[in-house]
Amino acid sequence: MNYSLVILGAPYSTQSTTTALNFTKALLKNGHNVYRVFFYHDAVHNGSELSRPPQDELDISTEWKKLKNEHDIDLVICIAAAVKRGVLDNNEALRHEKKSSNLSNSFELSGLGQLVDATEHSDRVITFGP
Amino acid sequence: MNSNAIKARKKVLVILTQSPYGNALSREAIDYCLAAAAFEQDLTLLFTGDAVLQLINDQNPSTINQKDLTKTLSALPIYGINQFYVDSNALEQYGIDNDFCVPTIKVDVKEISELLVNADTILNF
Repeated sequence: MNYSLVILGAPYSTQSTTTALNFTKALLKNGHNVYRVFFYHDAVHNGSELSRPPQDELDISTEWKKLKNEHDIDLVICIAAAVKRGVLDNNEALRHEKKSSNLSNSFELSGLGQLVDATEHSDRVITFGP
Repeated sequence: MNSNAIKARKKVLVILTQSPYGNALSREAIDYCLAAAAFEQDLTLLFTGDAVLQLINDQNPSTINQKDLTKTLSALPIYGINQFYVDSNALEQYGIDNDFCVPTIKVDVKEISELLVNADTILNF
């Protein structure tokens, strides 16, 4: 079955992202397809290359990177929600005249149309709340 | 005939749970609705819990540096979104009843479960 996930909660602040990570792994393990993971609201902080949890805690950014590399899943971050919270790729940094960007290359910034597209093309869309 | 062309649009139910200014998710949920409307999606909105406060007219959030959410909400019918359901339990809890920024239909628990059953996709904000 084709699944998409919508994640709303900030990593390390809420359980939202870690539950979604576990769910994604369970889907793939059981032979399902993940059409897209859409990061919205405070979940855009998942895209920051700069987060660094203590060594005895789960490194969420690395977990997404592994899923991206092993299964090539589509990790899309809402551009409007991200830019206002300081998660920028090179293009956005240039556009807004910021000195640096911080988006991890596992993710891409795109619009809400990608969430609409995910609802159209997925058998199930699961929200992981704030 | 191409079967994809005649495939019915998916019914998307958007459940709103947040108060209008306590959390940015209320606005971001309505932003999603506007985007979905632009892509001609079949949207139904359900206001539950604190989200019923989003519907009250004559808000003045500029005093706390916020934009008036009712202005965005009341634009949705212009984009063809006309199905606004509101949880009657939540209305009762807050002691509010009418004078809302969009025309709403009150629903009880049983009718809410029917909305859930009839939706192809549910998004929870």
